[in-house]
Amino acid sequence: MEQVSQHADPHYDQEANKLGMWLFIFTELLLFGGLFIVYSIYRFLNPEAFQLGAHELNPTIGAINTIILLVSSMTIAMSTSSLQKKNKGLTVLLLEITIMLALVFLINKYFEWGVKFDHGIWPGSEHLINDMSRGEILFFGLYFVMTGLHALHIIVGMIIIIVALKRVQNGTVNENRSSLLDNAGLYWHLVDLIWIFLFPLFYLIH
Amino acid sequence: MQTATQIPHDVNYLDYKGKYKGIFGWIFSTDHKRIALLYMYSMMVMFVVGVALGLAMKLELIAPGQTIMGPQTYNSVFTVHGVIMIFMIVIPGLPAVFGNFMLPIMIGAKDVAFPKVNLLSWYFYVAGALLVIASVLFGNGTPDTGWTFYAPYSFKSGTNLLPAIFGAFILGFSSILTGLNFIVTIHRMRAPGMTWFKMPLFPWSLYGTAWIQLLATPVVGITLVLVALERIFGIGVFDPALGGDPVLYQHLFWIYSHPAVYVMILPAMGAISEIIPTFSQKHIFGYRAIIASTLAIAFVGYFVWGHHMFTSGMSGTAQYTFSVLTFLVAIPSAIKVFNWISTMHKGSINPEIPFLWAVSFIFVFMIGGFSGLVLGALATNVYVHDTAFVVAHFHFIVFGGVGFSFFGAIHYWFPKMFGRMYDKVWAKVGWAFFTVGFLTLYSPMFYLGMIGMPRRYYDYLPEFHAANILSSLGSWVMTFGLLIVVINLFRSAKNGAIAEINPWHGKTLEWTVASPPPVENFEEIPVYGEKDGPYEY
Amino acid sequence: MEKEKHHIVPYKTYFYILISLLVLTFMSIGITKINLGGYSVLGALIFSTIKSVLVLYWFMHLKFDQPFLRFMVGFVTLVFLAVIFITFLDYYYR
Repeated sequence: MEQVSQHADPHYDQEANKLGMWLFIFTELLLFGGLFIVYSIYRFLNPEAFQLGAHELNPTIGAINTIILLVSSMTIAMSTSSLQKKNKGLTVLLLEITIMLALVFLINKYFEWGVKFDHGIWPGSEHLINDMSRGEILFFGLYFVMTGLHALHIIVGMIIIIVALKRVQNGTVNENRSSLLDNAGLYWHLVDLIWIFLFPLFYLIH
Repeated sequence: MQTATQIPHDVNYLDYKGKYKGIFGWIFSTDHKRIALLYMYSMMVMFVVGVALGLAMKLELIAPGQTIMGPQTYNSVFTVHGVIMIFMIVIPGLPAVFGNFMLPIMIGAKDVAFPKVNLLSWYFYVAGALLVIASVLFGNGTPDTGWTFYAPYSFKSGTNLLPAIFGAFILGFSSILTGLNFIVTIHRMRAPGMTWFKMPLFPWSLYGTAWIQLLATPVVGITLVLVALERIFGIGVFDPALGGDPVLYQHLFWIYSHPAVYVMILPAMGAISEIIPTFSQKHIFGYRAIIASTLAIAFVGYFVWGHHMFTSGMSGTAQYTFSVLTFLVAIPSAIKVFNWISTMHKGSINPEIPFLWAVSFIFVFMIGGFSGLVLGALATNVYVHDTAFVVAHFHFIVFGGVGFSFFGAIHYWFPKMFGRMYDKVWAKVGWAFFTVGFLTLYSPMFYLGMIGMPRRYYDYLPEFHAANILSSLGSWVMTFGLLIVVINLFRSAKNGAIAEINPWHGKTLEWTVASPPPVENFEEIPVYGEKDGPYEY
Repeated sequence: MEKEKHHIVPYKTYFYILISLLVLTFMSIGITKINLGGYSVLGALIFSTIKSVLVLYWFMHLKFDQPFLRFMVGFVTLVFLAVIFITFLDYYYR
């Protein structure tokens, strides 16, 4: 099926790089998977409290961020196509758009968390512990952990995309050696994929 | 990056002078063979610490009451002993040392798929180890939770747990990178003609192992992160006072840590599956059955974690399910044992040291396995849960399994790795002391558990005294044997007789290259023909 | 190996996928607005699953890759679902 090929350049194997990235993505999925297990158990144990907690979140901001991520996923997917079509200028442009969208996502997230902090809600805050039910404490604990970890992945993804962008510009990533860009794309789609589940589970369950 | 043309093929990997000199030629080397030795030496350092702590515990237990340490020290000692032995020795043990060294050679490749990532995984290993050591040396008190970091104590304990938890997290990352590398290497870099079912069994076992490393380790990673966040911020996920459920911590922890047992044992079984046909000079019996059982153990082993929690208040349904699944794992394990025995049947057995280690592996593994059935059955589990019986069981499996297999593997591949042969007489003496000591050390603990001695106590009732004395004596005999083995190997690596290319008449690819292997293993990538196979004697 | 070197996906395919993803997003927002009781979570999860399949197949190129990658993704998903199922055997019957 997949026989080993002796490449002209023994140190570059596109399929190996792709497989490696996929395996890494599996570990990331299981990392978030652990959190989804925690979420599903506690939601099962505290259904009302989780609905109350979700009312505190702003679905509009969540929806805007969803759209941003989906669009950015498209732009980076397109950039891999444009690299294959040897259109370097368009590739660079699409990557820049992706990075900008990621930045907007983070700014939104910053304000969203800021509003929570203004309401006295943060992990271990007095308002949370004294005035709210245990289910709500869990809801917000998980909210901060899961969106926070996701935001961390956004930042890492941005760094990878920036590196890929530089490499596209100086030509070390090109249509014959596109692994870095392809893998940056895969990673970015992973971030998107996780958000696709985070969004309804936190914002849409009232 | 060096290209193939610059590296001469008559220089072995030990003598090769690359871009960097001295120690930098090692710690900056991306050669899988050097990385394997880096792992081996760093593990050896940690192993010495772990063994010393184990000896200290056995010395404490030689008499009831306080012998050499108080309860708090004893708690710290078994915690650090567990963390070191589990996360730094037995989990990376065979994959990181022999997997790194032998996998590429056995499948006919020049290196692993991502040599730099491979080196990075060793750096992670060292960083994790240093963090754990830091938790011992600095801060207010050595961790005392046991290696399992059970909630809620793991965020209530005032001891210096954060570095230990992050250390374990980073060690997990190191393990993931190794597994990732192996899967890609096996998929992409097998020699032309070596189909999946012509691959030797050790790489097969590494393949199964790597999938567990990949799919289970992230779960414990996030769990440890949650415990750390619980300690720092009090997010509440495992804190019953804030609505969390500590039993959920146990679930998440064992979702990793039970499969981790198979990360330890599968490569051990793989190494045994190499040693036995070589020293029986016979085709391995049931090649495909061994592969199937490897994958079955890896797969079913992923779903049996709950048998660590039979007394934690799980629902009855979950308990039955976990018990049944646990029993299922016994089937593929037994298949392997039958295959090994059948391979020896009517073979021309050459009882060299590696073979002795392999046979004693089968012996201790069977004892460990059968006692596992006692623990997997609900009724008997409740009776011996958290007693010395459990300690005896997992030392037979983990130390017996991995330890015997590791020493078997190193005596098997030593001439290839260092190009020299060890002193066979001393090796046999060491093996004999080690085996006798091992059995004397751990067998009494089965008995102690049955009559009710709990684990993790520095003190015990007078009626447990006699068996404890025997056990402590065993620990000295075993350590003595261990010293003989290790010193013999160290001396031989420098001064042993020059080894042949194929001293054991093995048929796998590593016996076709020079001893020690040249830098890039093969001048020309070997080609497997129609009739070639790893065990065609 | 060389013949399946690279499948260049046209831009408009990506664009159609994006449109479908956005439509599905709004549908999932819509369905959770209707009071379906316990089923609203189920509804939202179904939409999320469809969306993730779109992302996996087109954005992440699974449709154009070798079959064993699809197999691996399916396998990992099943393992994860099995873990959740088994964990719930404890909590559901406790």
